[in-house]
Amino acid sequence: MSDPFVKVRDLRIGATVYPPGEKPHDIEIVHGVSFDLEKGRVLGLIGESGAGKSTIGLATMAYGRGGVRITGGEVWVNGRDIMQSSLGDLRRLRGGEVTYVSQSAAASFNPAKRIMEQVTEAAIKQGKFSRHEAEQRAVYLFKKLGLPDPEHIGRRFPHQVSGGQLQRCMTALALCPEPDLVVFDEPTTALDVTTQIEVLMAIKEAIAATGVAALYITHDLAVVAQVSDDIMVLKTGDMVEYGTTDQIINNPQEEYTQALVSVRSIDHEEKQPSPSPALKIENVTARYRGTNFDVLKNVNVELHPGQTLALVGESGSGKSTLARVITGLLPQRVGRIHFAGRDLDPVMKNRSKEDLRELQLIYQMADTAMNPRQTVGTIIGRPLEFYFGLKGKEKQKRIQDLLDQIELGEGFQDRYPAELSGGQKQRVCIARALAAKPKMIICDEVTSALDPLVADGILKLLLDLQKIEDVAFLFITHDLATVKAIADSVAVMYRGEVVRYGTKSDVLSPPFDDYTDLLLSSVPEMKLGWLEEVIAHRKMESAGN
Amino acid sequence: MGPALRLVVQRIALGLLLLFLVSILIFWGTLILPGDVAQAILGQSATPEALANLRDELGVNDPPLTRYFEWLGGVLTGDLGTALTNGKDIAESIGSRLENTLFLAFWAAVIAVPLAILLGLLAVRYRDRWPDKLISGVTLSTISIPEFLIGYVLMYFVGVKLGWAPTVSMIHDGMNLGQKLHSIALPVAVLTLVVLAHMMRMTRAAILNVMQSPYIETADLKGLTKFNIIWKHAFPNSISPVVNVVMLNLAYLVVGVVVVEVVFTYPGMGQYLVDHVSKRDLPVVQACGLIFAAVYITLNMIADVVSILSNPKLRHPK
Repeated sequence: MSDPFVKVRDLRIGATVYPPGEKPHDIEIVHGVSFDLEKGRVLGLIGESGAGKSTIGLATMAYGRGGVRITGGEVWVNGRDIMQSSLGDLRRLRGGEVTYVSQSAAASFNPAKRIMEQVTEAAIKQGKFSRHEAEQRAVYLFKKLGLPDPEHIGRRFPHQVSGGQLQRCMTALALCPEPDLVVFDEPTTALDVTTQIEVLMAIKEAIAATGVAALYITHDLAVVAQVSDDIMVLKTGDMVEYGTTDQIINNPQEEYTQALVSVRSIDHEEKQPSPSPALKIENVTARYRGTNFDVLKNVNVELHPGQTLALVGESGSGKSTLARVITGLLPQRVGRIHFAGRDLDPVMKNRSKEDLRELQLIYQMADTAMNPRQTVGTIIGRPLEFYFGLKGKEKQKRIQDLLDQIELGEGFQDRYPAELSGGQKQRVCIARALAAKPKMIICDEVTSALDPLVADGILKLLLDLQKIEDVAFLFITHDLATVKAIADSVAVMYRGEVVRYGTKSDVLSPPFDDYTDLLLSSVPEMKLGWLEEVIAHRKMESAGN
Repeated sequence: MGPALRLVVQRIALGLLLLFLVSILIFWGTLILPGDVAQAILGQSATPEALANLRDELGVNDPPLTRYFEWLGGVLTGDLGTALTNGKDIAESIGSRLENTLFLAFWAAVIAVPLAILLGLLAVRYRDRWPDKLISGVTLSTISIPEFLIGYVLMYFVGVKLGWAPTVSMIHDGMNLGQKLHSIALPVAVLTLVVLAHMMRMTRAAILNVMQSPYIETADLKGLTKFNIIWKHAFPNSISPVVNVVMLNLAYLVVGVVVVEVVFTYPGMGQYLVDHVSKRDLPVVQACGLIFAAVYITLNMIADVVSILSNPKLRHPK
């Protein structure tokens, strides 16, 4: 039997780190990973952030981001050890034999050049095709990937096509030089679920049609289950489990894999609406300055004390805009916002300190929501001084209580944000919001940037805090699993309108309106063949109409 | 009308408005200068009657607003007035000198701009290695040394010792292009050395900024060579800041060459301006000031327009 097409043995990857307050030193981030990959097969690399998935993917191109470098092991591609290759050989490998699809096509396309030029560049440069041949192949791929107007879309600039289309163009870019191996690095993570499903199908069909070998990197097990033949589970640079997709999904051996596979472990019982809502939004319509269309159209929703209202929708549906209107950052044109027994002034400047205190915010990016030069104690202490005038011992005591509430210990007071993990940072932001003793907190995609297990912890914490503090949450999210886990009532938004609204059990049970049906059926399920089922079902329906 | 065209028209309109405001400022500024042109012409021994007569004749006694609009009307029709001191037509005197100054600036720019950008690209290519440090070191030294000193040093070594180029840069209409270029070789070299560092460092910084972008990684993973990546993928996205600095330096080449012109006794605008400032010849000073302001504003306007046009989002809206 001949050697496998891609053979990785005991791959070790190192990097230089610069921790605050310490001398820079070298660490190992991937500790001896081995796998094989044949042509026409797809290997899924799965794990949380920091597991080393992308690093391993890029290593098959002998490429390291920043200070990352391969320190040991062998990487055989197409019968030669690329660790021993010269720089010239590596250039022929990159973009010729091995190509790469990145997470954010929007950032990975050069904004100054037309799509066609970028898609065909590697194939022409590597001498695989003439310009004419490469362009023909690009058009063939555009067609294959289901892009609109495949003959002419290449003439556009990256900003002139949508995010989902650009991600498919990126796939065409990777497939154009007829590579032997394609590395897909979270290619659908930045997309809305309804777009993700299309791109996923396009990628899967393109892989099958061209017979390439593929590495598919993602943190979403449900996604990888749809496209890969084998799966490798990674954790902090170590291989945890490696097997066929069927085995990993249906019969995981390791505890860590089981935790990843098991659905959300949160048990949340839906509360009944109370007679007096904490927040009542009536007929709110809003538009941004200098534009002539409404981004919110006649929105009516209620949020009850101590409960959670989930606002669901895709990017551009207006859910964050509604949060801006409620906070007074974007005054509404029409309508009323009734909060805690009074009408809120549309303009934030005119609101009282009490209005501000009772309505707090937690953001998606905890990183940018905190001053990097302030300690955790200062960050949490600020609202205590500002709203309650607390000082000295009293303030210290309250900070300590809050830290206990978010399950962080004594030592965290003097730490800086840079010394915290992503989950810990988000916890500090929660403590800062709670410090004001608000009646309501707007949570804007607070778990979207976090790994699933960490996000789970945050959601549990929020639910626990809700019970103790009796605070209402307006929970903005695009993730339906999160909605199922924590919401009492749900509002589905689409193009600035609330298309479905009610208690969670009502909203999430049939009969559905068209959009909610599309949204719900697009959420990847952790079972083999789900993607084909959904696509087949949709084709049948559209044929039936 | 596309957003790019609208912005370009806006920039040009703003530029014209600015030029108008500057003309007011120049006129007003020269009004409040101390001194009296009549006194300067007639000397200390002039009688009061002679001074009054001359002032009348020169029109210095009219109200400022009238004089401003008369002056502005003249300027717009190409009449810059006559010099108070020698009665010659200013437009005529400036004409050939402006041409000489622009000739010198043009050739300095032709050499300096591509060279600066090439050095910037090389500095990025060999970032933090010896070529980068050498380029930075040399260009920073030449910008730090006063231009007259570089001028005299070049004059001594290249002009006197080696005898490669004349130390006095006289040009006249009878010379052909080759002779003229030979004649201005040294001042061009000095100007190039002076403006190189600024443009080179901006090119380097702007490209390094872009080199962090994910699309540079995409290009890297296509197997392109480093220089290809810098030239084809990074440079087109850093044009805007580079053009702004290039234009500032071009403006400097036109309006800031006074010292170099004097060092090489080159018959340009600088020398002419200095002569007439010392004689309080207001019409000449106003005319020179307006021309310099127009050069500055026009070049910066071009920089803005190029910046706008280099943005594909404005050039090709959705």
